[in-house]
Amino acid sequence: MIKARGLARRFTTKLGPVEAVRGVDIDVAEGELVGFLGPNGAGKSTTLRMLTTLLEPTAGEAIIAGHDLLTDPAGVRRNIGYVGQKNSASADQRVADELEFQARFYGITKHDARRKIAELLERFELTGLEKRGVITLSGGQQRRLDIAMGLLHGPRLLFLDEPSTALDPQSRRNLWDHVKQLKADGVTVFLTTHYLDEADFLSDRLLVIDHGLIVGEGSPDELKSRVSGDLVVLGTPQASLVATKFENAVVDGEKVSFRIPDGDRALPALLRDLDQIGVELHSVQVHRPTLDDVFLTMTGRSLREESNVA
Amino acid sequence: MLRDTWLVFARVMLPVVRNPVAVIFGLSQPLLYLGLFGPLLGDTGWQWFVPGLLVQMALFGTAYAGFSLLPEVRAGVMERLRVTPVSRVALLVGRVGKDVVLLVVQGLLIMLAAMLFGFRASPGQILLGLGLVALLGVAIGSVSYAIALKVKLEYVFASVLSSTIVPLMLLSGVLLPMSNGPKWLYWLSRVNPLAHVVDAERSIFNTGSLLFGLVSVAALVLVGVFYGVRTFNRESA
Repeated sequence: MIKARGLARRFTTKLGPVEAVRGVDIDVAEGELVGFLGPNGAGKSTTLRMLTTLLEPTAGEAIIAGHDLLTDPAGVRRNIGYVGQKNSASADQRVADELEFQARFYGITKHDARRKIAELLERFELTGLEKRGVITLSGGQQRRLDIAMGLLHGPRLLFLDEPSTALDPQSRRNLWDHVKQLKADGVTVFLTTHYLDEADFLSDRLLVIDHGLIVGEGSPDELKSRVSGDLVVLGTPQASLVATKFENAVVDGEKVSFRIPDGDRALPALLRDLDQIGVELHSVQVHRPTLDDVFLTMTGRSLREESNVA
Repeated sequence: MLRDTWLVFARVMLPVVRNPVAVIFGLSQPLLYLGLFGPLLGDTGWQWFVPGLLVQMALFGTAYAGFSLLPEVRAGVMERLRVTPVSRVALLVGRVGKDVVLLVVQGLLIMLAAMLFGFRASPGQILLGLGLVALLGVAIGSVSYAIALKVKLEYVFASVLSSTIVPLMLLSGVLLPMSNGPKWLYWLSRVNPLAHVVDAERSIFNTGSLLFGLVSVAALVLVGVFYGVRTFNRESA
């Protein structure tokens, strides 16, 4: 569905050229749900804008949904759906009107458009809102309308740019279910996100981008298994004593943390040993590696810190 | 392409059709000029003043059109439309079409209102007069949308507009004849294409040559549409 080679984009700014994307290769097979993960400014959106014909690459080439990005952008546009980062229905318009014009922009007849619109309104729980002004919709409703607009022409490939940004937890969860359903229907989905839980929950496969380069690739589990071991955090007044027993242990007041392989199973024996040398324990926690740990290992930066700042 | 333009036009026209009150509000300013300024020119002033007022409506009506694009750029509306197969030129032309249609409707209403004061025009003159004003609207509207797309911020757009429109209007002679002023001011008005359009519009309802006005408006349409289309076709806009 997507085959990109050496895709790059340089922006000319007053402070000199900026290499936003430095040559990325992307392969997405039909039916895959691929997450494109990276901190703000990593090149996610720039890459997505190139793949969707919004931005011309300064180097590289790509075949998107069977059409050449450089020589046949119109063919690409006809065959992809795109849901951008921001709300894409006009505040001046009514829900049904925006949907109908969107359908007709793709050459769908009025009659077919009405049928398809009714189907999508129901699917995205927007039935009854047809005559409402877009401006009166809640954030979650607007987001679902955005996705409905992206699906009107029945694209086999859908691009989602930061789909759940600015949504409340419940709307987010609901949106995820819709995205999962798309995948079940056989739609290929390529989504960008800087939320780890979103990438983890939704994606079959992840591409991690940082500083304009792809720095890692694999299923969420594969990526996590690259981080060696689970994180164990013990609460004890003898934190520094415990720290001497484990490699790379970190002491933080009355807490000590370290990594051990297969933490769940290793823990009982470990606690017995500590008890025998007279260590008094207040609390025990075991954390499976998260994608944030993966990101930290791959890039030396925490994605969480980055996304909190943004 | 024609179908795309029609669709884009119909889409932006829809909110106006649903809520035509905006058209009436748009008439308030020219009506004020008609009622509170026109009488200052005396009974014989109407044939001279109303054509100029029509050009002024074209200038103000379509120069501000770009404002309607800014919220759509800021939200993802333009981006969504640019990923559909719709021609990017149609995204401009369809919008300009809406503004020109509104301008023609408003121009017609103003002429009818002016007739109550003593303005006289034949149907042919009205048609020709609206045609010339519509062409001017196409030129200015295209440029307005292109600039809006470039500057992206309301306050920047507003200052671009006020710093260009007011001198253009003052130097076009819509309010008072430029020949009343000193020579340098008159010659300054001669390099303003809008002044020639005003002269031509006046010739339509009185007597005189249309030549310079038609040449001016044709040049403005060519330059304006070329600039607009080029900006809308640019990828990053």
